Amino acid sequence: MFETTPIIVGLDIGTSKICAVVGEISDSGSLNIVGVGQSKSRGVRKGEVVDASIVGEDIRHAIGEAEQMADTEIRSVYLGVTGGHIRGFNNRGFHPVASQDREITEDDVQDVIKNARAINLPTENKVLHIIRQHFLVDGQDGIVNPVGMLGTRVEVDIHVVHGNFNRLQTPIHAVKGLQLEIEDVVFSGLASSLALLNNHQKEMGSIVIDMGAGTTEYAVYSNGIIKHTGIIAVGGDHLSNDLAYGLKVPLGRAEQLKIEHGSALVEPEIRGHTLTLTNDHGIAEKTINLEHLRRIMSLRLDEIFQLIANELDQADLLNDVREGVFLTGGCARIPNIQKLANQVFHLPVSIGKTNSISGLKSALDQPEFAAAIGLVRFGSFETRKRLQEKPGFQSTLTQTIKQIFRRS
Amino acid sequence: MQEPTPQNDHSAPLQPLTVKIIGVGGAGSNAVAGMLRSDLGVLSALILHTNSRILTLETNAQKLVLGSRRTHGMGTGGDPEIGRAAAEDQEEMLRQFCKDADLIFIVAGLGGGTGSGSAPVVARFAKDAGALTLAVVTLPFDFEGNRRAQQSQVGLLKLKSSADAVICLPNQKLFRLLDENTPVNDTFNFSNDLMTQGVRGIWQMLNRTGLINVDFAHLRSVVQDRHTESMFASVEARGEGRVREVVERLVASPLLDEGRVLEEASDVLVSLIGGSDLTLADVNKIMDQLNRRVCEGQLILGTAIDPALHGTIRLTIIASRPTPGISHNQPANHSRSSTMEMGKSDFEAPFFDEPTVLLSQSRFKGPPPETTPENTEFLFQQQNARGGHARKKSGVKMKQELLNLEIISKGRFEKSEPTIHHGEDIDVPTYIRRGIVLN
Ligand SMILES: Nc1nc2c(ncn2[C@@H]2O[C@H](COP(=O)(O)OP(=O)(O)OP(=O)(O)O)[C@@H](O)[C@H]2O)c(=O)[nH]1
Ligand SMILES: Nc1ncnc2c1ncn2[C@@H]1O[C@H](COP(=O)(O)OP(=O)(O)OP(=O)(O)O)[C@@H](O)[C@H]1O
Ligand SMILES: [Mg+2]
Ligand SMILES: [Mg+2]
Repeated sequence: MFETTPIIVGLDIGTSKICAVVGEISDSGSLNIVGVGQSKSRGVRKGEVVDASIVGEDIRHAIGEAEQMADTEIRSVYLGVTGGHIRGFNNRGFHPVASQDREITEDDVQDVIKNARAINLPTENKVLHIIRQHFLVDGQDGIVNPVGMLGTRVEVDIHVVHGNFNRLQTPIHAVKGLQLEIEDVVFSGLASSLALLNNHQKEMGSIVIDMGAGTTEYAVYSNGIIKHTGIIAVGGDHLSNDLAYGLKVPLGRAEQLKIEHGSALVEPEIRGHTLTLTNDHGIAEKTINLEHLRRIMSLRLDEIFQLIANELDQADLLNDVREGVFLTGGCARIPNIQKLANQVFHLPVSIGKTNSISGLKSALDQPEFAAAIGLVRFGSFETRKRLQEKPGFQSTLTQTIKQIFRRS
Repeated sequence: MQEPTPQNDHSAPLQPLTVKIIGVGGAGSNAVAGMLRSDLGVLSALILHTNSRILTLETNAQKLVLGSRRTHGMGTGGDPEIGRAAAEDQEEMLRQFCKDADLIFIVAGLGGGTGSGSAPVVARFAKDAGALTLAVVTLPFDFEGNRRAQQSQVGLLKLKSSADAVICLPNQKLFRLLDENTPVNDTFNFSNDLMTQGVRGIWQMLNRTGLINVDFAHLRSVVQDRHTESMFASVEARGEGRVREVVERLVASPLLDEGRVLEEASDVLVSLIGGSDLTLADVNKIMDQLNRRVCEGQLILGTAIDPALHGTIRLTIIASRPTPGISHNQPANHSRSSTMEMGKSDFEAPFFDEPTVLLSQSRFKGPPPETTPENTEFLFQQQNARGGHARKKSGVKMKQELLNLEIISKGRFEKSEPTIHHGEDIDVPTYIRRGIVLN
C-alpha cells in the first residue's frame, strides 16, 4: 500500500451534538488525534435518527469542521450507533476435541468459535459485535489461547452485541447519503469504554457509564475482558423534561436550570432556597424551589444508576469490579454525580479521562467526546490488525502459488 | 396547568449570534473606536458620551451624545449622578439599540462621570433586552486620586449588579507591563488595546469558525447572572517556541497576579486563536499547562483559526472569582430591575431572562418522530398500569398529578418510542413514579 498515514475518523451521532474526530497513526504506530468537528444535533432523539435530512446536514457540518482542522479529506468513518433496541449478551460455544492425541489445534479453536457464533436471533436483528472473551478447556476457565493444550472439550465465551436491523440502517443511510464510506459500525457504549479504560483498568475490573442527552450506555470489564454491555434510553433530556414538568417551566428554561443549578444530590443546607425567574421586563414571574429542582434530578439519576447496578448485580458482575466506575458523557458534569454513583454502586467513582491517547490529553478530554474518541480508537485497532495481517496474507498467497507449482 | 411544550425553534440553531458593542464615556468611546479599526469583524457598535467631542472621533460606530439638555455636550464634570441621569434620559433610544442582540459588550473606563454613571444603566437596558451582557472596564490609575478611585468602585458595584459579568482591567497593573516613562496617552492606548483583545477573545471564541466551539449556552452558563468580577489577560507569542511562551507570558501577566488569579478561579474561559498552522497538539499542550494551574475551577475552551495569525498564538483568558457557597438567593424577593443599592453582595440572586433567541442555542432541537396508533395505545396502557401502582404509594394527593400525566409528563418524549423498563414507562419523571410530592 502506498498510503502514507492512515486517517481514522470516528463519527458519533449523539442526541445533542454530532462529533467527528480524526486520528492518524504515526510512523511509530501511535495514535494521534489531529482534528475534531462538531455540530448541534437537531434530528436525533434518544440516540436514534428521527429526521434523516437534518441529521445529514448536521453530519456534513461536523465533518467539514473536522476536515478543516485536520487538513484532510474525509472519505470514510467509523460510525457509532446506539438506541434502546441494542442488546448485549454472552454466549458459550462448545466443541469436542477432534485429534487422537487430544491436543487442541487451531482448527478446534476455529470450530468452537464458529459454534459460539451460531446464535438464534430474530431475523429483524443484526449482530454488531462478536467479541471473544476467553476459552475453557474441560471446564477450566479463563484461558486466553488453548492451542497446544490437552483436553477433551474446548469451550469459548463470546460477547454479542446486536440491534434491530431497520433501526440500525437509519444512521447508516444518513451517512452514506453524504457519499461517506462506513468502515465499520460500532456500538457507542463500547466505543466510550475503549476511550477511557487502559489495560490495567480492564484487568482490575471497571464499569464505564456514558450518560448523554438521550441515552445511557454502560460496559463492564474484568480480567481484561468485556463482560457486559447495555443501554437505557434515558439521559440528560429526561432530567430536563422532569424539571420542566415538576417545576412547571418550559423545556428550554428547564435545561438552563439543570445546567446552572443542577446537582445529583440534595444537600440539606439548600432547604428553603429559591431562585427567582423574571420575564422580559425584569418582573419577577416565578419562584423556583431549589430543593425541588435538585430532588427531581437526584431521583432520576439515582434511578438510572440503580437500574444499571441491579442489572450488573443480577449478572453477578459487581464483585469483579475492583477498579471502579468511570462516568462520562455530558451528564458526568453534573455536580455531585460521583458521590451519588458511589452511594449506589459502593465502588470508587471517577470522571473518565481520555488521557490514554496522545494528541489530546487536555483539550479534548471532555466527557462529551468519549464516544467519538473511542471510535477512533476502535478504528486504530482494526487498522493495526489489518496492517499486521498483511504479511500473513502474503505468506498464504505464496503458499498457494507454491501449491499451484507443485501440482503442475 | 402550564404545559412544558418542547421548544420547537430548532429551525434556527445555526443562526449566527448577534453581537453588539457599546462604548460609554471618553475611555469607552476611544476603546470601541479602536476596536472597530482593528479586525474585530462585523458587529454593530454604538458609542455614547456626555461630551460632544466624540462626534469628531473617526469611527464607523453610531454616535450618541447623552443628555445634551442637561450637560450641553460639556460632559458631566466628573459626576456619575449626571452620567446616570443622562443615560436614563435616552432610555428609549438605548433600549432600541439593544434589541435583538444575543450578546452585548459594554466598554467603559470607570472613575469619571459618564462611564461610572451611565454604564450600569446601559447594562440594565441590555439585560432587559435579553442579551447576555458583559462589561469590559478599566479601573483608574492610583495617581488619578481618591475621588476617581472611589467613584470607580461604586460604578463597579453597580455594574456588577446590572451586567451578567464585569471584566476588569485595573490600569495600575499596566505599569508593570510598561516602561515607567511611557507617556500617559500611550498608557491609555495600551489599555484600550487590552480591552480590545478581551472583547475580541470572547467574540472570536463564540464565532462559528472555531475548531472547538464554545457553545454560547456554555458561556452563558458560566457568566449569566453571576454578577461576578472577572480578571482577564490576553497574550500572544510568535515563532518556534510559541506554545511554551504563550503560557509563560500568560502566567507572568500582572493582570493575573502572576498566576494567582488562575489558581483561585472558579471558572476559566480560555480562548485560543492561531493561524491555520494551529494544531490540536498545540491546543492540547496549552490546555495541559493551564489545567495544572487551575486548581478547582472549570476550564472552558474555545479555539478559532484566523489565517492572519500564521505562526502566532493568541491566548485570552477570563477568570471568574469563586462564588462563595451557592450562587442563589435565599429570600426570593429581589428584582433585577430594582435600583441597585450599594453594598449588595457580589453574588446576587440569579435572575433569568426569557431566553427566546437563545433557546436556539440550547441543546434542544429536532422534530420528534411520528407516533403510531399502536404506540399511543401502548403508552396509555403503560400509564394506566402505573397509575394504579403509584396511587397505592402516596394516597390522594397523587391522583391530581396523575390526571395530568397523559397530557404533560411525556413532554419531549411524547412522540418517540417510550422507554419501557421491566414494564414501566420510565419516560415519566421518576419522582412521580416514586410518588414523591413536591410542596
Ligand atoms: N483605556 C483608556 N482609559 C482611559 C482613557 N481615558 C481615560 N481613561 C480612564 O478611564 C477613566 C474615566 O475617564 P473617562 O472615560 O474620560 O471619563 P468619562 O467616563 O467619560 O466621564 P466624564 O468625562 O467625567 O464624564 C479615567 O479615570 C482613566 O483611568 C482612554 O482613552 N483609554
Ligand atoms: N453542567 C451540566 N449539568 C447538567 N447537565 C449537563 C451539563 N453539561 C452537559 N449536560 C448535559 O449532557 C447532555 C449532553 O451530553 P453528550 O454530549 O454526552 O450527549 P450526546 O452524545 O449528544 O447524547 P447521546 O449519547 O445520549 O445520544 C445534555 O443533556 C446536557 O444537558
Ligand atoms: Mg453520546
Ligand atoms: Mg449516550
